[in-house]
Amino acid sequence: MHIEIEELAKEFGTTTALLPVSLSIPSGALVSLLGPSGSGKTTLLRILGGLETPTSGRVLFDSQDATGLSVQERRAGFVFQHYALFRHMTVFENIAYGLRARPRRIRPPEAEIRRRVTRLLDLIRLPDIAGRYPTQLSGGQRQRVALARALAIEPRMLLLDEPFGALDARVRKELRGGLREIHDQTGLTTVFVTHDQDEAMEIADLVVVMSMGRIEQIGTPHDVRSRPATRFVADFVAA
Amino acid sequence: MADVAFDDAANLARAQPLRPVASEAPWFRRTLVALVLAIVGVLLLAPLAVVFTEALAKGLGAAVSALGERDARAAIRLTLLVAAIAVPLNAVFGVAAAWAIAKFDFRGKAILITLIDLPFSVSPVVAGLCLVLVFGANAPLGAWLVANGWPVIFAVPGIVLATMFITFPFVARELIPVMQEHGRAEEEAALTLGASGWRTFLTVTLPNIRWALLYGVLLCNARAMGEFGAVAVVSGKIRGQTNTMPLMIEMLYNEYLSVAAFSMAALLALLALVTLTLKTALEWRYADQLAANRRH
Repeated sequence: MHIEIEELAKEFGTTTALLPVSLSIPSGALVSLLGPSGSGKTTLLRILGGLETPTSGRVLFDSQDATGLSVQERRAGFVFQHYALFRHMTVFENIAYGLRARPRRIRPPEAEIRRRVTRLLDLIRLPDIAGRYPTQLSGGQRQRVALARALAIEPRMLLLDEPFGALDARVRKELRGGLREIHDQTGLTTVFVTHDQDEAMEIADLVVVMSMGRIEQIGTPHDVRSRPATRFVADFVAA
Repeated sequence: MADVAFDDAANLARAQPLRPVASEAPWFRRTLVALVLAIVGVLLLAPLAVVFTEALAKGLGAAVSALGERDARAAIRLTLLVAAIAVPLNAVFGVAAAWAIAKFDFRGKAILITLIDLPFSVSPVVAGLCLVLVFGANAPLGAWLVANGWPVIFAVPGIVLATMFITFPFVARELIPVMQEHGRAEEEAALTLGASGWRTFLTVTLPNIRWALLYGVLLCNARAMGEFGAVAVVSGKIRGQTNTMPLMIEMLYNEYLSVAAFSMAALLALLALVTLTLKTALEWRYADQLAANRRH
């Protein structure tokens, strides 16, 4: 799905989180919102997912105005920074949650839910953990379960908030490749937020560098690295 | 290399006393434990023992027949009725208040938190008097209610209101810290997965707070059944009609009917003990789930 962001701005009371920003995300792209904390990248992601409402501006999904759509209507697969797995449910029930939450009319039958969850567990290469609780999983496993849960609703796009932020360096490297693989398999338009430039450069097709609520540069990893548009980008990428 | 490190560690261990840094000397620990046990014994267990021995002073039969008196039965019924109304309502209000405070940011949040604590700091007698001032026959609202056949003061509604006022903070106070610690992420996740707000509440929020909620409800219930001061002001103590168990106990005691008074007191204490036993049993039964909830 093609995402078009037009002059989107967000204020929290008197603080400005996002100055009017515009951005076009082509269908099927893997895009990284890169910037230090307080740069507005998470706010932008949350607005896309419908978890925040913008103060002004528009969001278009496939050329249709989606600004007023509720979070449920957006069908965005969202992976939260600390995964936000339902701690009182098993991995199976976590992944099945979105399917069970559907109105009866379009809810798949139990056998179909079982089949889909099993397929997703295979996709994240954790076929044997269906019966475990989130507390019994490692950080990397939790992250992959959160990804599977987001994919279960057959989302129109995938939004990830610092998906590797809470992991140690080795697991982080491993899962980067995993995200790229899953993106290539599903073909979903994917936006992920990170403050780690290596992460952004390694797996994104398009890097959006942000600072102080504005977009500093939009470009391929190669462009951003070889031709930084502003002083900020040059410093941030060099660091 | 490893040997050197090991020697260093051994030296360090020798230089320091052989117990964890945060721990106290054994004699100090024993004294503290003894002190706590003594306080628990004198303040909690001894009075309870006295209540039960006094109640059974003339045998179990006398105690049971005292509780079987018409007025006594009415008092027990009224207390249970008041708790049955006040506790569920306060559970709902408490969840709503805790939800609002923990999950949303709004103006006047600090004031709301203070207001919830108000019943803790206001004397129950004052709370009762306030109700009399608002709903009493001399106040415009009270007079209107009496004229229309809905008396509040010296009637059951007043007792329910007084009980609700006193027990309002228990559920909210238990829930607010739990909800604040959990944050909003799980609820947000449920919403992005397509769940409605109500479904999110039922399937995500409620299971996460169920233990705190249960604990709050049990405390609220124990206090609702035991409340004396506020209820004494608004009840009018009409035997058989507006007398609750605690009021009845005082009345019987003042009339030197000590077996009857202590039987009623023993029953009230038993009701409290039953709730506590229930809570402990549930905690024991679901220990693994509780631990899972905390560790996450």
